Amino acid sequence: MNCRSEVLEVSVEGRQVDEAMLALLHTILLHRSTGKFHYKKEGTYSIGTVGTQDIDCDFIDFTFVRVSSEELDRVIRKAVGEFKDALSNTGSDGMGQISLEFYQKKKSRWPFSDECIPWEVWSIKVNVVNLANEQERQICREKVGEKLGEKVINIVEVINRHEYLPKMPTQSEVDNVFDTSLKDVQPYLHKITFQITDSLGTSVSTTMRRLIKDTLAL
Amino acid sequence: MDNDLSSQDKKDLDKFIKFFALKTVQVIVQSRLGEKICTRSSSSPTGSDWFNLAIKDIPEVTHEAKKALAGQLPSIGRSMCVEISLKTSEGDSMELETWCLEMNEKCDKDIKVSYTVYNRLSLLLKSLLAITRVTPAYKLSRKQGHDYVILYRIYFGEVQLAGLGEGFQTVRVGVVGTPIGTITLSCAYRTNLAFMSTRQFERTAPIMGIIIDHFVERPFGNVGHMHPCNYRAPGEEEGGYAGVEDSQEVCTTSFSTSPPSQCVVTVSKAHLKTPKPVLVNTLKVPLMGLAFSHQLYSSRLSYQPPALGAADLCNPATCGGAHPHQMAVPGKEGGVPQVPMQPYHGAQAEHGRMPSCPAHDTAHHIPATPSSSGEDAETCSRSSEQKSAGLADTLETTFTRKVGAFVNKPTTQITTASLDLPFAAFAPRAYDLEENDPMVHPPDSPDTSSPLQGSLHSQGSSETGEQAQEDFVMVDFKPAFSKDDLLPMDLGTFYREFQNPPQLASLSIDVSAQSMAEDLDSLPEKLAIYEKNIDEFDAFVETLQ
Repeated sequence: MNCRSEVLEVSVEGRQVDEAMLALLHTILLHRSTGKFHYKKEGTYSIGTVGTQDIDCDFIDFTFVRVSSEELDRVIRKAVGEFKDALSNTGSDGMGQISLEFYQKKKSRWPFSDECIPWEVWSIKVNVVNLANEQERQICREKVGEKLGEKVINIVEVINRHEYLPKMPTQSEVDNVFDTSLKDVQPYLHKITFQITDSLGTSVSTTMRRLIKDTLAL
Repeated sequence: MDNDLSSQDKKDLDKFIKFFALKTVQVIVQSRLGEKICTRSSSSPTGSDWFNLAIKDIPEVTHEAKKALAGQLPSIGRSMCVEISLKTSEGDSMELETWCLEMNEKCDKDIKVSYTVYNRLSLLLKSLLAITRVTPAYKLSRKQGHDYVILYRIYFGEVQLAGLGEGFQTVRVGVVGTPIGTITLSCAYRTNLAFMSTRQFERTAPIMGIIIDHFVERPFGNVGHMHPCNYRAPGEEEGGYAGVEDSQEVCTTSFSTSPPSQCVVTVSKAHLKTPKPVLVNTLKVPLMGLAFSHQLYSSRLSYQPPALGAADLCNPATCGGAHPHQMAVPGKEGGVPQVPMQPYHGAQAEHGRMPSCPAHDTAHHIPATPSSSGEDAETCSRSSEQKSAGLADTLETTFTRKVGAFVNKPTTQITTASLDLPFAAFAPRAYDLEENDPMVHPPDSPDTSSPLQGSLHSQGSSETGEQAQEDFVMVDFKPAFSKDDLLPMDLGTFYREFQNPPQLASLSIDVSAQSMAEDLDSLPEKLAIYEKNIDEFDAFVETLQ
């Protein structure tokens, strides 16, 4: 099966990076999370309830909806924080890309480790701009708010094509499809990676490094 | 067409569609209430949460939706529509958007009803949650309250988009194929937000005429078919909306990003325009957007003051749970908005103001005159964050003759109608109160030895003599944060006094008095001194490296 890949691009000011990324990632995860599964006899299961929360952005004229799960929010914030730090390091010209990848695990026989097969990858390309004065920032607030609105509409469009989704797993397989570590919601297995383009234009790929590390760390 | 569908599946599908329609309406109306919505996730299924989503049911809304559906389901040619409109306190109304739940003929026979359709409907509801925060009406609805309210209307049948004006945009939320047709959820929203100058009552009447059976038999003036998307005060209910308040209580477990003391009315210029209805009629969204966009400082929660003077229905009330500090002001004409009892701690701390005059803490944020541009509201609000840049802007543009904002009249305004309203200053005042006007009569400025004092006094005297000498146009100086009940000299006086400081002595040396020759002669001596101290200079340079 092919992994579908979607790319979103945004241009934001430095202090808007966090919120813009959170808004988009949470919007995607809202659609890719279900309630906790409770398996019953005979292979049936019931699903818990997902609550939602409106989050207002401080630096952007925008409100987004995310699932009510503090744990998930913490995880996403941590990843976005790392991305933002990497972006603001010297040597980066303010361009970077953060990717949210949904994958399925496929158990392999020993000595090979489990394979992670992505089925959907969302890449958000970020371009950080510097603004000169407060008036420009004010305009940027509203503009970025509108842009994010458009991106949310794009995300919803893609999701509503109802393309491939992993089959609902049996109890033994549920950890291969869903992330069951959270207490209150159950998103599909996902990982967040990012890469920063340094000022030379070459892609300093942290994902490459991590892949190599993972392969070696059998 | 339904042959392939088992009766159980058909029943399930009908049930799903019915509850989907009801939940859709709930999501849409709740998103236009003006408050942030927050519901909890629950890992153990309660059995009552349709589509595995925690969406509260406001009884009134469910009631209206069921009434509109009248036992039917959306089908081909018969769509369920939720119309969101805006109604100003002057009575003008404007349709903002129409959400349509439609069914078309394209069937997907192979799809599994109880599983795939259900999950896809759940996904569609999530998409609806996301999209409802994105359309322009969301921002308008978050700021509703005093000037305008947001209403909703549910109807069933043909979709009517004529009221959305020219150039309306459509966004499709999503589609779900079912064995009996494809469900489509979309939104058409207005992009042209300029009000029509003529009242629109006549325009909306024909709409009533088309689907009479859905409307309550009331005179049109009551706008009976429209329902407010907001909460009502306990004492001001107009007919059985107790249910709304109950769910309001539940919903206000929303999280508060700012302390109650900052839950101040975010004021737009419109608040001040009470004597000029024409300005309200040309209520353009960008205007309000500018005035309200100071999110750095204002609370995100709905402040929802009671509609002062709103005649017919919508008396938005304070959300008691979330805003314990807001006062309920009985309907009062004059466009004086709500104020929390607690003043801004932030602004207060900076200036050491006493809480006794909350009016001024908030008053300075809004220029008194309608002529000020929207940016002033922003700069004013940001000046609460102590940005002097904004202060300068505020100072520049608030030069008007109007006695009102920033003028401290502690005796008069605080006791006005025994209400502690920060914008009481904006209420039209009799000009004969000028004898108490400290701007006109600067309070005891200390007698400094400033050579410019004379000029200040002359300015002051010309101010006081303003009434007598009409030729002198007084510049009413209204600096932000200005209040003179504590200090003998207020900020305005201070500024005026010291705005022309004397020149530095070193700059006023008459250079031409010294001749060039003298300068040149003194050079060798100076050089000798410098050479003597060369070590000192070198050491200094070293420290700079």
